[in-house]
Amino acid sequence: MFATAIIVFREVLEAAIIIGILAAATRGIPGSRRWLAAGLLAGLVGSGVVATFTDVIGSFASGVGQELFNAIVLGIAVLMLAWHNIWMSSHGAALAANAKSVGKNISDGTSECSALLLIVGLAVLREGSETVLFLYGIAASGGGGRSSMLLGGLFGTLAGIAVGYTIFAGLLRIPMRWFFTTTGILVLLLASGMASQAAHFLIQADLLPSLAAPLWDTSALLPENGVPGMLLHSLIGYDSRPAGMQIVFYLTVMAAIVAGMRWARHTHRSAR
Amino acid sequence: MKRVLLAALLLPAVAHAADADYTLVIKNHRFQPTEIAIPAGRKIKLLIDNQDATPEEFDSYTLNREKVVAGHSNATIFIGPLTPGRYTFSGEFHADTAQGAVIAQ
Repeated sequence: MFATAIIVFREVLEAAIIIGILAAATRGIPGSRRWLAAGLLAGLVGSGVVATFTDVIGSFASGVGQELFNAIVLGIAVLMLAWHNIWMSSHGAALAANAKSVGKNISDGTSECSALLLIVGLAVLREGSETVLFLYGIAASGGGGRSSMLLGGLFGTLAGIAVGYTIFAGLLRIPMRWFFTTTGILVLLLASGMASQAAHFLIQADLLPSLAAPLWDTSALLPENGVPGMLLHSLIGYDSRPAGMQIVFYLTVMAAIVAGMRWARHTHRSAR
Repeated sequence: MKRVLLAALLLPAVAHAADADYTLVIKNHRFQPTEIAIPAGRKIKLLIDNQDATPEEFDSYTLNREKVVAGHSNATIFIGPLTPGRYTFSGEFHADTAQGAVIAQ
């Protein structure tokens, strides 16, 4: 039961952290809660579909379809997170000013909300489909201890959601002055971490060279299967044995988003 | 964009049409063989043949690899190049029985 709880916890944690950060980061945007809920629902349905077709997806591209699929899903999520941060750098000030009274001056909130739907939906889809497969395997095995394992799965899910909610609630306590700067940095790190994961899948599929693998090894210091390592993996994309190419992706995406945010802030200021 | 995607899908089919270097069978939630010796300093192609009805996740922190293999199906995974040593892997969905190691020498 304990092992089951850990496996499910790890999958749920990643999605829960993304949702927790995004739920906080989009506070004050009209309708963002509804879009978030819609993304969650779409992701849950999607994970069932992806789990059902795992063998089909996996057999694409001579057996590396799963890696391609994951890399594409991650790539879309990175683009959406980048879009979110760039959009926020020109609207964050207005949102912070009207946080209590629902931002009136936010004209293009809908496009921002559809980005939110995609990010949440894809995060749930990716992590959820593995959880569905795992739990399906248990349910299908028919062996004894099945119900205790499913109970473990439930515990893992609840624990993951609790962490996500804690992050959300904790972020909301940050004073408004620093609030959107903080969520902006968190989203930036999330996006960079996902870019590194996408590179990881493309290396695993032999579609990208690894460039020095591993570049470093901190597994003795901070193992990825420990709780701190797990949290850092979800939050900032921590990898105890990253390939050089992952770091290239990480830093490139980070630099591109920061440049986009600077540009948006600049044009927004000069337009006023 | 579509064309790029299509090319990305076809590229590995062309480049890796050759058979896998090594095969790992999953049966009754165990790996066969449990140890695979591979040359160090070379990238290898590993075919994972899951003969069980249930899905399994090939998982290795030391190799920095993870991949879900559906029930009754095959999956391809590339590992290395590795420095000499022992790299353990497990089937995350049945970690109590599914354990194995890659030995690079």
